[in-house]
Amino acid sequence: MTEANRKRQEIIGNLRLIWKEPLLLVFIIAIFYFLLIFVLFPLFMVFKTSLIVDKQFDLSNYLAIFSKRYYFQPFINSMILGVLAATAGTILGFVFAYAITRTPIPFKRFFRMTATFPIISPPFVVALAAILLFGRAGSLTPFLSRIIGEYSIYGLGGLVLVETIAYGPIAFLVLYGVLQAIDPALEEAAMDLGASRARVFATVTLPLSIPGIASAWLLVFIESMADFGNPMILSGNFRVLSVQAFLQITGMYDISRGSTLAILLLVPTVTAFFIQKYWVARKSYVTVTGQPTGATIQRLEWYIKLPTYAACFFFTGVVFLFYGMVIWGSFQKLWGVDATLTLHNYVEMFQVGKGYIFDSLKVSTWATPITGLLGMFIAFLVIRKKFIGRTTMEFVSMLTFAVPGTVVGIGYILAFNQKSALFPFVLTGTAWIIVTLLIFRNMPVGIRAGIAALQQIDPSIEEASTDLGADSSKTFRKITLPMIAPAFFSGLAFSFVKAMTAISAIIFVVSGDWNLITVAILGFVDNSQYAQAAAMSLLLIVIVLIALSIIQLLVGRIGKGARTVSIVN
Amino acid sequence: MRKDYLVLKSLVKVFGSGEKAFRAVDNIDIEVREGELVTLLGPSGCGKTTTLRMISGFELPTSGEIRIDGEDVSTTPPNQRPTTMVFQNYALFPHLTVFENIAYGLKIRRESAGNIRQQTEKIMQLVGLEGLAERSPAQLSGGQQQRVSLARSLVMEPKVLLLDEPLSNLDAKLRVSTRLEIRKLQQRVGITSVYVTHDQEEAMTLSDRVVIMHQGKIMQMGSPQEIYARPTNRFVADFIGKANFLEGHVGRLTSNNALELDIVGKKFKVLVEPGSFSEGQRVVLVVRPESIILEPVRPDTLTGTVLEAVYLGSQMVYEVDVAKTVITVEIANPQEQMVFNAGEEVTVSFLEKSLHILPYEDAH
Repeated sequence: MTEANRKRQEIIGNLRLIWKEPLLLVFIIAIFYFLLIFVLFPLFMVFKTSLIVDKQFDLSNYLAIFSKRYYFQPFINSMILGVLAATAGTILGFVFAYAITRTPIPFKRFFRMTATFPIISPPFVVALAAILLFGRAGSLTPFLSRIIGEYSIYGLGGLVLVETIAYGPIAFLVLYGVLQAIDPALEEAAMDLGASRARVFATVTLPLSIPGIASAWLLVFIESMADFGNPMILSGNFRVLSVQAFLQITGMYDISRGSTLAILLLVPTVTAFFIQKYWVARKSYVTVTGQPTGATIQRLEWYIKLPTYAACFFFTGVVFLFYGMVIWGSFQKLWGVDATLTLHNYVEMFQVGKGYIFDSLKVSTWATPITGLLGMFIAFLVIRKKFIGRTTMEFVSMLTFAVPGTVVGIGYILAFNQKSALFPFVLTGTAWIIVTLLIFRNMPVGIRAGIAALQQIDPSIEEASTDLGADSSKTFRKITLPMIAPAFFSGLAFSFVKAMTAISAIIFVVSGDWNLITVAILGFVDNSQYAQAAAMSLLLIVIVLIALSIIQLLVGRIGKGARTVSIVN
Repeated sequence: MRKDYLVLKSLVKVFGSGEKAFRAVDNIDIEVREGELVTLLGPSGCGKTTTLRMISGFELPTSGEIRIDGEDVSTTPPNQRPTTMVFQNYALFPHLTVFENIAYGLKIRRESAGNIRQQTEKIMQLVGLEGLAERSPAQLSGGQQQRVSLARSLVMEPKVLLLDEPLSNLDAKLRVSTRLEIRKLQQRVGITSVYVTHDQEEAMTLSDRVVIMHQGKIMQMGSPQEIYARPTNRFVADFIGKANFLEGHVGRLTSNNALELDIVGKKFKVLVEPGSFSEGQRVVLVVRPESIILEPVRPDTLTGTVLEAVYLGSQMVYEVDVAKTVITVEIANPQEQMVFNAGEEVTVSFLEKSLHILPYEDAH
């Protein structure tokens, strides 16, 4: 049989399978439609808008960008920021991961929890804390300026610091998984054959973790380049793409130029995403399974312990300092002016901010279960079913991870502020635009959770249950559900966290009727009402922590001993 | 050939401290001759791997001394010790080729490129890896990976070769052929080796001497024959092969190296070391299932009741109740022998040279 013939046979076979399950066919078509409308259509609109000036096809936006420094500079700046933050974050993450997987450092759980804390907090809280610490009226400013002289936290230096703290933890989680998967026996074998500690590191540990390091670097690069909240607060005169695109649209009402800037932001992040996903991931020698391998190396010299321990203590101290500062700041009457301790901010927050809090909670609670179920269903289709367009479905649904929020936000306002042939509703101004945006933006999380959940189930386990006399509904309740529940619920937890703390895309689609807590916090910061911003950030963190504990409790109740899902890829 | 090529002296390893302290290795002494293969054998958790890791340098002894060829290496880092280890899971470097894996140590030692090539090729030929130089470890079968691991250690010409359950990841058939290969190779190269295993058959076929360990202590040290025929305590007797234990006492010393054993009034001649037992002493008879003879009941003999009889083709296996102790008896060639059924009374006797007695205290 020729290759073409074989392929045709396969397609016919698949078609036949699908015809046997008409309901499945309906679902597959529906999902493709949703992906088309809520993922591809907005992206297309951004492209289209960037190419159209005065209703005419026009390349002038792009030409302007390459000729006028005003447009080109933000691109360069964003790249510089991404590269520096990715490098610093990866080094930090590696040292931390090395200390926890390879040395007998005490309080490992504590260090791990502190190191991953910035992931569940709204990212821009770090920038807020940086202002409280090092800003014009910062607590440490007099002290620091005596050492290094006059400085400003606004700009590249401050941004790199803040992005490193906010996204370095992602690098840590990736590298932690990679280092944990490298069998310590390999390092022992190298040492046994005469290699010194440094030589072992250079010839075994480092080469084996290179793909992991590249992955971590690219992920931090994507995140910090696409970040909106921190640069919005802290970039000062250092213009970056995400902020410039926002200002073009909301300040200058030039949506065409804004779209062009967004496209400039999209290109490097998507490129980085594909390098990470399809090239780096394939080069890996170690399979990250989540199963720890063997013990740590027992005999370690002081010159390894000392710097790694110091780095861990230092970073943990920084995390505590930053978040502690937010707590401290939230009780001050007027930051930088009146340091009297007061509960006033909290009272005001509940009076003024009640609407924001409820709106945030509402849209997040609506979006989260749909994200989870949809993600689960796509994961199920992609892993267990064969149909034409399966890889396309996986590709499109994971794509949203790589697209910066700014691009998505602009795309949504362009796509849904009027009726179109594809989608006969106007969503702008409603809660639906926020909910759908949250669903499709967080879908990769839901899909990953779904894949993790499905991987828990070996078909023979269900067969065993049936074989022992349980009917299929009992098998589902007693066996299947407890196995998939932990991964599913931790996926839910993370999409809820992401929904509550989202800002970069959301800021384009909020409206007078529907406004969210993150946008409100950014507004406070903009007005230099740092104490109020701190109080509200703290409330947001508390809400997120409560949600996480509830889920944790549920998972503990339903699925005993089953794995939870990792929250980064 | 020095007799004390590798010396472990009063070696102790304690993990943890205070209430949770765990004596993994509890004051052991071992001397290994040059060119000898010694096996550390015992159930999991007996301290054999910890001992090996102390010799290799990955664990520091809590107290005691390790000497290799007269030199004290107790605190020497693993990379400076003249030992190399074959790891249980082989620990092949996944990012290096077979050739690079084997040449790794030579390269670290800064040997010349020509030298490295020559030595690596020689050892690859020796272990039968010709033609696989450019493969990556992932492309090799389990047996081939095992040989790469062995070659990588041997090419360093270590003073002591350490093997940590090197066959446990192979399937049963390959295990038998590979252990013969390892033994032949070890004898051909004449390399002093310490081999850790929990498989007694492996230990018996490979070793010059076997060290039986239990709960961090040495239970017995000796040649495979000694360990099997003359276990010095119940643990060893039970751990190596199958053993029956019958209580009795020393009736009278009949000569310098023989005595009369009394089991419920019936007398048996047992050969012993001169002066090791006294008259009237409580003892336990250790007898292997294949050293027992069953006959139709005769008067004035030790008798028992057959509880169960199982036909296995090459042998009959009986469970027999003798003086309220159940013993296992294996009779070879059942076709040529009388067969008894459950419930029958039989006379029980023993092959004289296979009898071995232990003082009562050592057997409990």
